[in-house]
Amino acid sequence: MTADADTATTDATTVTAPASTTPAAASPAARIRPKTGRDDKIMAAFIAVIGLYLIVSLALPLYAVLSKSVSAFYFDLGNFEFQVDRGAGWSAPVTARQLNDELRALSPEELRTSGDGRLAVTVFFPDFNFRAPTRYRIRQVQPEAAFLAGTRRVADTDWHTFDSNQFRRVVLRASKSTGLDNYRAYFSTPALFRSLKNSLTIAVISTVLTVALAFGFAYALTRSAMRFKGLFRIIAMAPILVPSLLPGIALVYLFGNQGMLKSFLLGESIYGPIGIVIGSVFFTFPHAMIIITTALSLSDARLYEAAVSLRASRWKTFWTVTIPGARYGLVSAAFVVFNLVITDFGLPKVIGGQYNMLAVDIYKQVIGQQNFEMGAVVSVVLLIPALLAFTIDRVVQKKQVAQLSSRSVPYAPQPHRRFDALCLLYCVLVTVFIAGLIGVCQYAALIKFWPYDLSLSFNNYNFDVMDGGGWDSWKNSIRLALYTAAAGTAVIFCGAYMVEKTQRFVATRAAFQFLAMLPMAIPGMVLGLAYIFFFNNPANPLHGLYGSMAILVICTVTHFYTVSHLTAVTALKQMDREFESVAASLKQPFHKVFSRVTVPVCLPSVLDISIYLFVNAMTTVSGVIFLYSPDTALASIAVLNMDDAGDIAPAAAMGMMIFYSNIGARLIHLLLTRKVMRNTQAWRTRRGEAVR
Amino acid sequence: MNSAPPRAPFLRIDRLRKVFGDFTALNEVSLAIDEGEFICFLGPSGCGKTTLLRAVAGLDIQTAGRVWQAGRDISALPPAERDFGIVFQSYALFPNLTVARNIAFGLENQKLKRADIERRVTELLALVNLSGQEGKYPAQLSGGEQQRVALTRALATSPGLLLLDEPLSALDARVRAHLRVEMKALQRRLGVTTIMVTHDQEEALTMADRIVVMNHGVIEQVGTPTEIYRRPDTLFVAEFVGAMNRIAGVGASDGRVTVGEVTLDTQAHAAAAGAPVVAAIRPEDVLPHAGAEGGGESSGGGGDSAGGDAADGDAASAAAKGNNRLQARVDYLEFLGSFWRVSLTCAALGGVALTADLSSNAMRRMRIEAGARVDLELPAERVLVFPRGRGA
Repeated sequence: MTADADTATTDATTVTAPASTTPAAASPAARIRPKTGRDDKIMAAFIAVIGLYLIVSLALPLYAVLSKSVSAFYFDLGNFEFQVDRGAGWSAPVTARQLNDELRALSPEELRTSGDGRLAVTVFFPDFNFRAPTRYRIRQVQPEAAFLAGTRRVADTDWHTFDSNQFRRVVLRASKSTGLDNYRAYFSTPALFRSLKNSLTIAVISTVLTVALAFGFAYALTRSAMRFKGLFRIIAMAPILVPSLLPGIALVYLFGNQGMLKSFLLGESIYGPIGIVIGSVFFTFPHAMIIITTALSLSDARLYEAAVSLRASRWKTFWTVTIPGARYGLVSAAFVVFNLVITDFGLPKVIGGQYNMLAVDIYKQVIGQQNFEMGAVVSVVLLIPALLAFTIDRVVQKKQVAQLSSRSVPYAPQPHRRFDALCLLYCVLVTVFIAGLIGVCQYAALIKFWPYDLSLSFNNYNFDVMDGGGWDSWKNSIRLALYTAAAGTAVIFCGAYMVEKTQRFVATRAAFQFLAMLPMAIPGMVLGLAYIFFFNNPANPLHGLYGSMAILVICTVTHFYTVSHLTAVTALKQMDREFESVAASLKQPFHKVFSRVTVPVCLPSVLDISIYLFVNAMTTVSGVIFLYSPDTALASIAVLNMDDAGDIAPAAAMGMMIFYSNIGARLIHLLLTRKVMRNTQAWRTRRGEAVR
Repeated sequence: MNSAPPRAPFLRIDRLRKVFGDFTALNEVSLAIDEGEFICFLGPSGCGKTTLLRAVAGLDIQTAGRVWQAGRDISALPPAERDFGIVFQSYALFPNLTVARNIAFGLENQKLKRADIERRVTELLALVNLSGQEGKYPAQLSGGEQQRVALTRALATSPGLLLLDEPLSALDARVRAHLRVEMKALQRRLGVTTIMVTHDQEEALTMADRIVVMNHGVIEQVGTPTEIYRRPDTLFVAEFVGAMNRIAGVGASDGRVTVGEVTLDTQAHAAAAGAPVVAAIRPEDVLPHAGAEGGGESSGGGGDSAGGDAADGDAASAAAKGNNRLQARVDYLEFLGSFWRVSLTCAALGGVALTADLSSNAMRRMRIEAGARVDLELPAERVLVFPRGRGA
């Protein structure tokens, strides 16, 4: 509102003129430049700090990915010249390109490389023998690339002479060019390009299945009068508490090569699209269910009454009232699920087999082939559908909010025996599927040696004798989750407060809001890779963070920033806009309102944010897979690595440890919330006795 | 900085402008307020009254123009460096703090001893008849009590200026009427200069020492309640404050106003002969006179047709009587408790619709009922004349 006042005047002379200059009646009134008060300064400093955090932890790393994806590296053969002395004096200089053209030693594809590429010069000399008395000279024409002689880097344009024993250790380094070469290479490599198709296919199929299943479940929860609704809801939420790769492990036990129910697949393999889709439905189900349940419970009972009074059939009412009322929820759920599936890494890694998906490709390019540029290209390719899905979801959510604010009467379902029984049966089936997969994991974790020794033991919990970091990785995960919950909640809530309650700095706040929304659209793999590029750059003063616990915390907080930010903003919007104005009129600083009123009143939301961050920090794989060091191995990564190494039972055991840790955290959260409600929120519960 | 303009009023607003994008919310607003005055900013929503209040508070600082308070130029100061207490429409009471903590909020960090703060809180609560409510939370209080707590919190630091932003509009009618009296009494007792924003003319008329009527970002008129009501400067003020009959006409050569076939005596006006004007009179100033032929005797449906026949001749004779006496037909009656609102059609004025507020006594005495005809007098000193603008 005060933007114009803020930026309006540059006319400092009239502003600083003393008050005694009572303006002459004829002259137009002087523009006013508001004096910046102490509160404004503190708030500006806060916004700057948190904005800087988002720039460093999000904007700059993403920029690093983009710029990496357009830097191609290749061996510039024309830039290197050789001379050979086979005892008869130096031959005429000849470029490596000329030699290669004669020999056809390397194809153009083989000349493309990564930033780390090295090329031994001996390939250009088929008769090379390191015992021969031949001498070689090499020089650069332009000082643009470099070559290594052993470990010595040579970047000048002088001739350097080597005997043949030294010459075998001379390697060329790559030259850098900026352009779309990497993208051209990506789209002309069928193996890579196929992953895009695979990812889209799996995401679409999983989305349709999950939304359909979740809609049935949400419909039963909101429209029937069946029993056990609370229990169904709790079980349906369970997948949120485990890493996305856990259902993969359960599916291996059920349908894998030695699976209990292998025959059910009629000869199809679980390793591939079938496994990914089933697992995706499992881990995205709660997300879709929450959104659709919310949408369905918003519906207006008066519309149903009208439908009844117009003698519309149940079927017709369903299509004319229920579905249109829930359409935003359905669309939003669809895009959220799509986004989760297409960006997920853990599940296709565990159960994808030979079926490649984008997120796994990033991992393979970076960890397997050390081709960081191609990893960046795949990241950008993955970013596009994710950004699109995110944008559509935001637009749709806004519409739903508008619908929510309208006044409506909540729908109260009436008992209806056959319908209720049907709903109950359906919900039992869904929850058996969910609880079943988790149960299989627990069972697998306790069996000595599937399928040969089915006796129970805790051997698989003996993590310290296995790869993956042992019990320390679990402790690291707990530490990471606690730090993330504490630091993240503080940063995110303060940031949301500044955006929501500051009057000035309109442009800055808009930029901040954009940055705060961005993480939801950024796949974890992309963020992790971005951190490698940004923080592992020796020129970066923050280089020291690389490999530390701090970078894991920063990455996780940023990865899950958006949802927490929105939770905080929603809570803050319910606070009276004028609290800060009242405090200012009473000459009290804004932070007194913040600490004495805003935080206590918002405490339930603050706790919600911290449990959300905690649970996600426990289960995340994709964000941190590139960033952990041997000292900071995490439980979720240990699950992945143990599974990779064939220790599937310990992987399941570690997965269940994450599950139980999260249940514990949720219970503590529940108790804390109750306690907080009882103590600091006394004013809320006493409202019942309010004078009428 | 005691270099304020000469003869310093307590608060001086000089050519304030506030622009939001293309929209000018305040246009060259100037005003002077004396110490201890109770001022009401009155106007329809969007007229700029709240914008003006927020500019005085420093919550939304004006684009241009200056504000002096107690001789100090506060034009560019943030709210915390000004000297005022404020009550918002929502009250903005801190929901998790008790009544006592709410009121003490502004007293803390002021080098006051704890006991002194407690004493001050008790004293203030007694002032607004809320003794013993210290330990309650805002949600446990009624709307009227919450409003008083908000007022007390604003007054706790003894500010030089009290700003009230529609402080009564969230309350029901009876509580509102009661609090009006209480707030006014409290303001008198404390002598604190007060500005209240309201869109409720009754509130403004009953509480204010002076009313500032605003419309479209400018001040239409500043005056005491009786001035505003009796001598409105503009047609807008006349119609916004109280009810008003408007009769479109043209200026007559002798300083009167011609409407249809009659020429009305009016208050003096400056309109040229033939210029379009509006003659305006309040419903309670329309005087009925007993003894209109036909109206007196007729009862029930019979009088209806008889009155219709006589209409033409009556109008001519009524105008001839001078002193703005006209005959009119009663269309319908609205019972408003202490009085009746009577809708009339006056054929002589070109069929213009008039309303008159009549006491139950007068109604009975003159047997006024739907369809009856009555003689009306529009007292010349009560007929105001305003220039008629576009399409009015």
